Amino acid sequence: MLVVKDLNTHYGNIHALKGIDLEVKEGEIVSLIGSNGAGKSTTLLTITGLLKATRGQVSFKGKDITHASSSDIVHMGLSLAPEGREVFPALTVQENLQLGAYTKKDKASIKESYDRVYDLFPRLYERKKQTAGTMSGGEQQMLAIGRALMTEPKLLMLDEPSLGLAPNLVLLIFDMIQTINKQGTTVLLVEQNANMALSISNRGYVLEIGKVTLSDEAKALSENDKVRKAYLGNIDH
Amino acid sequence: MIEQLLNGLALGMVYALIAVGYSLVFGVLRLVNFSHGSVYAFGAHMALFFVGLQFGVIPAIVFSIILTGILDILIDKFSLAPLRKKKSKGIAALITTIGIAYIIQNLLMIFFGSQTKPFPAIFDYGYVTVLGISIKSTQLFILVVSLILLAILTYVVKFTKIGLSMRAVEQNQKAASLMGINVNSVIRFTFFLGGASAAIAGSLISGYYQVVYPNMGFLAGLKAFSAAVLGGIGVLYGSIVGGLVVGVSESYAAALLGGSYRDAVAFIILIIVLLFKPTGLFGKKDITKV
Ligand SMILES: Nc1ncnc2c1ncn2[C@@H]1O[C@H](COP(=O)(O)OP(=O)(O)OP(=O)(O)O)[C@@H](O)[C@H]1O
Ligand SMILES: [Mg+2]
Repeated sequence: MLVVKDLNTHYGNIHALKGIDLEVKEGEIVSLIGSNGAGKSTTLLTITGLLKATRGQVSFKGKDITHASSSDIVHMGLSLAPEGREVFPALTVQENLQLGAYTKKDKASIKESYDRVYDLFPRLYERKKQTAGTMSGGEQQMLAIGRALMTEPKLLMLDEPSLGLAPNLVLLIFDMIQTINKQGTTVLLVEQNANMALSISNRGYVLEIGKVTLSDEAKALSENDKVRKAYLGNIDH
Repeated sequence: MIEQLLNGLALGMVYALIAVGYSLVFGVLRLVNFSHGSVYAFGAHMALFFVGLQFGVIPAIVFSIILTGILDILIDKFSLAPLRKKKSKGIAALITTIGIAYIIQNLLMIFFGSQTKPFPAIFDYGYVTVLGISIKSTQLFILVVSLILLAILTYVVKFTKIGLSMRAVEQNQKAASLMGINVNSVIRFTFFLGGASAAIAGSLISGYYQVVYPNMGFLAGLKAFSAAVLGGIGVLYGSIVGGLVVGVSESYAAALLGGSYRDAVAFIILIIVLLFKPTGLFGKKDITKV
């Protein structure tokens, strides 16, 4: 579904991605793990077209989207819930969700998307008139995911959805990710919480300073000694 | 006294129309667009030009609205959008808008001459009586037209899909792009609205004072800018209130202190308000970098 080949991205002179290869197949949950500054967010931002690749190729559903605009990419069914939530703080929950459906014209399917999101996150329904900036961190995270779902993505990319959340909320979010996946949305997940991410994933990639250094089945990765030492924070697990 | 009030309100509505242009552009770009005063003068000259071609006043104003809106889009497309693309500092864009102000002003001098030119009165039927108050028909016309326009603008920003996307771009451009919003088209639309309202303001004021000249936008632009800051720049209704405050106080100052003091009053009020409320009357806290 998503194929990334030899992806290179620069921030000015900083060579942040040095040839990333990865693939996500329809129906999968794939994790991208790596330490701070490895280039995980940069990878996702380049895939969505917000950053321009300096070399390499991204294709989605068989089409080359390397140079496509973000709005075309969203329209094709690829959506990102970015790191740090990035909700529209002065807009209400409902308006935030409405913006998620910005590229959609069909009223009936927009209604369905609202139902789906409010079903997954009843809390958002209770607070639909509240301005997003006044919600708690966890609620804002739900909103960021919900808003990305409003675009009706075939592939949903999540950048650190559990960042800064209390343990019970982390569990809830991971539960939601699995539900969303079962409902037919493919997921590419970036997480600090590598243990949990791998536990719900089919496959995983390990990123180190702009390169993929390991890729395997999720189970194999979580049993890999190097991975356990570096990212799972626990050798005798 | 009531006469000064009506005069001030009419003038204030025109300031409000110019001020919303500053406010809208500031909202989406966090940029003070100093070309706006000249764009207003351009609008007045376009109206004059089409009046000269015997189009009749109303069609002339409509043409002026369209052309001035397009001018504002072009200003963004050729001078400001390239700077955004290069992620240059805000100060570069600011200086660019000042440069453009002078370019437009000079072009107006070249094509129309720098002298003051007569403009036909719009809707001039002497005095009319509304709700027991006797008011000049020209003032009534200004009040009614600007009220309708400001209501339309507010409706567009608050209740339409394009308005929602304007507010989204204002709050978070990155997230707006992730929603599939074409940020550049939203910015262009915003400039069009700003240019169009400036053209209307320019035409109304020209019809009121019956004169047009190339640097008519300088003082009007500064006063409207202070009206926008007074109300809290970036807040639409703030600009309207700010415009009315500036217009009415100017009108009373002219009557009570004499015409030579009228221009200073807007700025004195601005300074006093900012001392007590640095964000302006209705300004939001997070918008501070002017
Ligand atoms: N806007 C930027 N300008 C310059 N360098 C940047 C910028 N954003 C990221 N970088 C650099 O690019 C590299 C990759 O950053 P990226 O944000 O992709 O890492 P990450 O894997 O997502 O890290 P984290 O886990 O902390 O979110 C880092 O070295 C970072 O310093
Ligand atoms: Mg990151």
